[in-house]
Amino acid sequence: MYRKIASILAGATMALMAATAASAGTLEDVKAKGFVQCGANGGNLIGFGATDEKGEWSGIDVDFCRAIAAAIFNDPTKVKFTPLNAKERFTALQSGEVDVLSRNTTWTMSRDSSLGLQFVGVTYYDGQGFMVRKSLGVSSALELSGAKVCTQTGTTTELNLADFFRSHNMPYEVVAYEKNEEVLQAYEAGRCDAYTTDASGLYAERLKLTAPDDHMILPEIISKEPLGPAVRQGDDKWFTLVKWTLFALLNAEELGLTKANIDEKKTSDNPEIKRFLGIEGDFGTPIGLSSDWAYNVIKQVGNYGEIFDANIGPSTQLGIARGLNNLWSKGGIQYAPPIR
Amino acid sequence: MLVLGWLVWDIIENTARNLQKANIAAGYGFLERTAGFGIIQRLVPYTEASSYGRALFIGLLNTLLVAGLGIILATILGFIVGIARLSSNWLISRTAAAYVEILRNIPLLLQLFFWYFVVLRSLPGMREKWTLFDGVHMNIGGLHVPRLVPGEGIWLVIAAVPVAIAAMLVVTRWAHAHQARTGIRPPVGLINTALFIGLPLAAFLATGRPLHIDLPVFNETGPLLRRGFQAGSGMTIIPEFVGLLLALTLYTATFIAEVVRAGIQGVNRGQTEAARSLGLRSGQTLRLVVLPQAMRIIIPPLTNQYLNLTKNSSLAVAIAYPDLVSVGGTVLNQTGQAVEIVSIWMLFYLGLSFLTSAVMGYFNKRVALVER
Repeated sequence: MYRKIASILAGATMALMAATAASAGTLEDVKAKGFVQCGANGGNLIGFGATDEKGEWSGIDVDFCRAIAAAIFNDPTKVKFTPLNAKERFTALQSGEVDVLSRNTTWTMSRDSSLGLQFVGVTYYDGQGFMVRKSLGVSSALELSGAKVCTQTGTTTELNLADFFRSHNMPYEVVAYEKNEEVLQAYEAGRCDAYTTDASGLYAERLKLTAPDDHMILPEIISKEPLGPAVRQGDDKWFTLVKWTLFALLNAEELGLTKANIDEKKTSDNPEIKRFLGIEGDFGTPIGLSSDWAYNVIKQVGNYGEIFDANIGPSTQLGIARGLNNLWSKGGIQYAPPIR
Repeated sequence: MLVLGWLVWDIIENTARNLQKANIAAGYGFLERTAGFGIIQRLVPYTEASSYGRALFIGLLNTLLVAGLGIILATILGFIVGIARLSSNWLISRTAAAYVEILRNIPLLLQLFFWYFVVLRSLPGMREKWTLFDGVHMNIGGLHVPRLVPGEGIWLVIAAVPVAIAAMLVVTRWAHAHQARTGIRPPVGLINTALFIGLPLAAFLATGRPLHIDLPVFNETGPLLRRGFQAGSGMTIIPEFVGLLLALTLYTATFIAEVVRAGIQGVNRGQTEAARSLGLRSGQTLRLVVLPQAMRIIIPPLTNQYLNLTKNSSLAVAIAYPDLVSVGGTVLNQTGQAVEIVSIWMLFYLGLSFLTSAVMGYFNKRVALVER
C-alpha cells in the first residue's frame, strides 16, 4: 500500500518538475507544436477579447496574438486561445499553459517584479472610470460620495477605487463579484449607483445593457492602466520577439504601411521601409525568424491603427477615440523604437 | 511512513525552489502589508488601511457566519421536511416530496443566482423602502434593522447568562432527585425559563438599561445620492448574505430531509407499535421513542451534509458575498502569492471540517448504542 502511494507521489513530483523544465526555449516549443498558445479574456470583453456565436475570436488583444503567429508562421490562424479570468491569468502564464498573456492586463511594478513575468509594452493606454445612470444627476466622480459601487473581484480595480474614495475623503461601499456578467446584472438591477472598471471595459459593458443610452461614463479617469501583453521571465529571446512584434505594428503605422498597400511599398525608395520589409538588411534572423517577418505581420493582420480601428475605433460600436493611443507624431503617446 | 514524509517535504522544497527559479516571491510576509481595498460586510472593525491578514480574517468570519447559520437553519428545515414526508396527510407528504425532488436536483450555483437575482429584482430601489414593521425596512441595499448599541454595565447582563444556565442545571438536578424521592415532578421547564429570562432581565434593569437602539435613518429629500438609508445608522443585512444563506439552507435541507426520513424509517415498526400500545400519543412516540433511535442512523450522514454546506459556501464569490475565497482572491490578485493563499484556503477548510467532524463525533458517541 505504502509503495503504491509512494509511486503515485513520485509520479506527481516528477510531473511537477517536468512542467517547469519544459519552458527552456518558448520559440522552439512554439515552432515544434506549430501554434502559439495565447491567454485571452474569457469574460467576453467586446473589442479586446471576445468570441461570437460561432466561437470566432476577435479583439485588439486577440489580433496581437495573431500578429505573433504571423511573424513566426506567416499564418495568423496558427494560434490557439485559452480563455482566462482575472484570477487564473498569471498562474496560466507562470505554469507554461500559455506562451503569451494578451488579456487587457495592467502593467504594474509588482506584477513585473514578483510574479515571474515580464510586460513587453503597451497595446492600449487605459484608465479606470465610472459608469452611472443618467437619472442619478451626477456629472463628476467627485460627486459620488456615499455611493455603492459594483466591480469585479480579483483585479487592481478594487484598490484604485479605495484609493480614490479615501484620498477624497468620501465614504463608499464596494460590492465585488467574481465575473463581469454578474457585475453588470447587479448594476442593472440597481444594487449599485456606479459600475467601475477600466474605461475601455465600461464602453464594452455599456453596450450589453438593455438601454445603453440611459447610462453615461463619467469624465474622471482615476488611475493609469497601461494594458499590455506579458511573457514569462527567463526567456529573453521570446521576450524580444513578442516585444518587436508590437513595435513592428506601431512602426508600420508610422511608416504608412497598411495591409492594402504593403505590396506596392515594396518598390519604395524609403530606406526605413526597405529595412522594415526585409529588403535591406536582415532583422528577422537574430530573433529566430525569417527576414520578411514584419512584412508578414502587416500583410496578414494590418498595422496598429488598423487593428485599433477594426476592433474598438470610432466606426465600431464601441466608438473609442484614439486619444492617448494615437501615435506620438499625431498627439498620442504610442511610440516604438526604430527598426535598424 | 518515512518515505511518504520525505516525499511531501520534497514536493514543498521543489515548489519553493521552482518559485525561486522563476523569480516569484514566496513566504507569508505579505500578510502584514496594507490591504488597501474595501469589504462590504465586516463583523469586526476593518478599514482599507488594515493588513492583508486582517482582510483574510474578515473573510473567515463571514464564512463562519454564513456556514453556522446555514447549518442551524438547514437542520431545522430538514427535520421538518423529513418528518413531513412521512406524514399520513397526502398533501403534506407530497409537498415535502416535491420540494426535496426539485431542489436537490438543481445545481447549487444556479439556485444561488436564482435566489440572489430574484431577491434583487423584487426589492424596491435604493431610494425607496418597504417597511415590514416599525424600524425594519427592506430595499435593494438589504434588510435595514435597528442596531443594539451596548452601553456601560452591559457585561453584567452578559455575565448573568452563564449564571442563569448554572442555576438551571442545579434546578434540573434537584428536580430529578425530588422526583426520585417523592415521585412528583416539579415544573422544571417553567422554573428554568423563568431563570433564563429573569436573571439577565433583572441585571439589565438593575444596571439602568445599558442598551440603546440605533434606528436606521432614511433620507427622503436632498440630492439623489444622499437619499435612502444613511450609512452608519442602524444595521444592514446585505442581500448577498440573504441570497447565499437562502440558497445554502434550501439546498442542504433537502439532503438533510432525506437523511432524517431514512433514519426514521430505519427504526423498527415494532417500536412505534409498542409505544402506541403503552398509551403514548403520536407526538410523544416520535419525540421519545422514534427520534432518539433514529439519531443513531441520522448523525453520521448529517455530518457529511454539514461539511458539504460549509464547503459549498465558497460559491459566495459568485454573488459578491465577501467570504474567505472572495477576499482571498482579491489578496491573491494584488500580491500574486497564489501558493500561499491557496494553502491558507485549504488549511482553513480542512480545519473547519475537522472541527465539525469532531463535534459531530462527540454527539454520535452520546447517542450510539452502548455495546457490551
